[in-house]
Amino acid sequence: MSNPVLEGQSAGASHPILDPVKAPPFPEAAFTILRNTQLRKNVAHATDVIQGKRNKLVEEKADWQELRAAGSALRNHVLENLGHYLEQFEERCTAAGGVVHWARDADEARAIILEILRQEQATEVIKIKTMTSAEIQLNPAIEAAGIKAFETDLAEIILQLGEDEPSHIVVPALHVNRTQVREIFARRMNRPELTDDPTELTGAARSFLREKFLRVPTAISGANFLIAETGSVVIVESEGNGRMCLTLPRTMITLAGIEKVIPRFQDLEIMLQVLARSATGERMNPYSSLWTGVTPGDGPQRFHVVLLDNGRSEILGKERERQTLKCIRCGACMNTCPVYRQTGGHAYGSVYAGPIGAILTPQLMRLEHAQTLPYASSLCGACYDVCPVKINIPEILIDLRAKVTDKEREEERRFFDPMYLGMIVANFLFASPRRFRLAQRMGRFGLRLFTRKDGWIHSLPSIGARWTMTRDLRGLPRETFREWWAGRAAPGGKRGR
Amino acid sequence: MAFCNNDLSMRASLFITCYNDTLYPETGRAVVRLLERLGVEVEFRPAQTCCGQMHANTGFRAEAYSQAKRFVRLYRDAETVVIPSSSCVAMIRDQYPGLFEELGNEELRRDFAALLPRVHELSEFLIDTVAVEDVGAYFPHRVTYHASCHGLRALHLGDRPFRLLAKVRGLEQVPLANLDRCCGFGGTFSVKNAEVSSAMLSTKLMDVLSTRAEYCTALDNSCLMHIGGALHRQFAAMRTVHLAEILASTEATPLEASL
Repeated sequence: MSNPVLEGQSAGASHPILDPVKAPPFPEAAFTILRNTQLRKNVAHATDVIQGKRNKLVEEKADWQELRAAGSALRNHVLENLGHYLEQFEERCTAAGGVVHWARDADEARAIILEILRQEQATEVIKIKTMTSAEIQLNPAIEAAGIKAFETDLAEIILQLGEDEPSHIVVPALHVNRTQVREIFARRMNRPELTDDPTELTGAARSFLREKFLRVPTAISGANFLIAETGSVVIVESEGNGRMCLTLPRTMITLAGIEKVIPRFQDLEIMLQVLARSATGERMNPYSSLWTGVTPGDGPQRFHVVLLDNGRSEILGKERERQTLKCIRCGACMNTCPVYRQTGGHAYGSVYAGPIGAILTPQLMRLEHAQTLPYASSLCGACYDVCPVKINIPEILIDLRAKVTDKEREEERRFFDPMYLGMIVANFLFASPRRFRLAQRMGRFGLRLFTRKDGWIHSLPSIGARWTMTRDLRGLPRETFREWWAGRAAPGGKRGR
Repeated sequence: MAFCNNDLSMRASLFITCYNDTLYPETGRAVVRLLERLGVEVEFRPAQTCCGQMHANTGFRAEAYSQAKRFVRLYRDAETVVIPSSSCVAMIRDQYPGLFEELGNEELRRDFAALLPRVHELSEFLIDTVAVEDVGAYFPHRVTYHASCHGLRALHLGDRPFRLLAKVRGLEQVPLANLDRCCGFGGTFSVKNAEVSSAMLSTKLMDVLSTRAEYCTALDNSCLMHIGGALHRQFAAMRTVHLAEILASTEATPLEASL
């Protein structure tokens, strides 16, 4: 086996598809990935470590619930006044020497960025980790224009060199272990002497990057926050690569979703506290960089901000779903999610995986794609419990399921779907106790065929097989509760039991 | 004795839930036996069917609403409704308000608001309303408690089930590791995403089996159907039993022999 990452990814496709338009349905993608025991072990280990650190730091904070409430209130306030704060940001950023662009969708955003790169006559760009760039599939567009894009975040380098895709919004290479990293680096950096010692591997990445920092004059970043009051952009990171990209290049292009804005500089007090603890289990992230427009003689001398809508305005217009946009991309919901912990991120077919991905991606796709994602949850509620800005993810999942179902109601083939049919029939039965009682009796009779000597059902046909593939089912008892009650209440009935 | 108070003059209407009625009637019988022993008068309204959770969580909002309407109309005059299933109580508490807000009329909203505080999950009813921890049970077995997601995070049952179990004579409690982690049932999730659901279950089983308990108990037969289904498939030396059945057990009337 020459390349565990590539070959272990999924049987058949070595490169995971993170395009919701082309991705297979979640159950299908998960089915393949669940066979990848190496990936599952890596994901379980990494999420355990991060969640453990997060829990410890949240427990030490006596006012964590107050902080959450403050974070939630702040983000709600922003969304209720988004237009105002965006215009304020544009005005202040422009006054400080930045150029603000508005992109309605991914196409527009890519075109704007490519146009800037053309004006800069760029042949190479360095990048700070940005999930928004993956959302609009920027790298392939840049490469197609003949420009080389170099990721500078360690995890992103691993993925880029390994021809892999991010599986987590904060820790994109969390599904890869250090033995696999060594293999990728040894092969792609031509460093066969490397061992899997983390210090050695980061050293290799550092020397790989250093010359690029010194050589490439154009950088692309995302944004953790945009500050309306000052027109500043905020990036938090752990490796210092962001700081390098923000100081050495001549030109900086920042791509940010329109929801990233916060009103005041002082609001960082709350946001940085909840973000660092939730995202990486740190009291404070190692590097917090803030920059405002252009400062002569210091840092990039040309600065562009591309504000991306790409479906966000539509989400903003929906009362219940609006809270999706409160997200500050900490990834805590992914680390705690029992579904994500089994599959990792690629099964979601989108750069946004886990619970937040399961609500964000279908909405960004206007429910035309990614329709199976709202069902990729047992509705256990762990995500809502950890969310630092209190997004009620289960509530939105249920809401989106209702919207998917409403679309199904229009489809001709719906009555061939046993699940759909079952739901309609069940509703008919539940509507009348007489019908329900009759169905109970018929069920008892019908299931007798499948019930073995020990009183259990080991195998069922059709949709029932989806249950019995791994679980037995106790056969229906001789008497329902209501039958027992009726017998008990009847004069001379069997009391007690 | 605290567990033999016949002067409570309390009336509880049992909402058994559709799947307990059909699949786990012994849980209902245990609730009746337990509450009557505590001096609570139990009534059962045969017009009940389902709370609508399955429809709501699968996206069938209109159907869920017709179930919700039925529930409120049936119980609006009830003194107290007791439900031995935390996920059904969570459905009523967390999802009914939205359904009535969106689809209901003024009268239904008013009736629901008045009824809601009188709807209790079984362990809530015992600890908060009857105010009893020692229900006089006897169950000489090693038992581990599985906290269902809805009981834990939606109803915030906290230590109520543990307090009830602690007072059961002969019972040895074994803590379950990763108590807050879902078993993977999730209603229709278990068939729509059967593979992931099974993967979650296999992770849960590692913790459940390593307790070396004889019984795994919970306040939701839905989780227990999931965990128990796998235990049975594997011929494991452990069974599942609803908490109500443990609490109903005494020396004179031990756990009902079931399959």
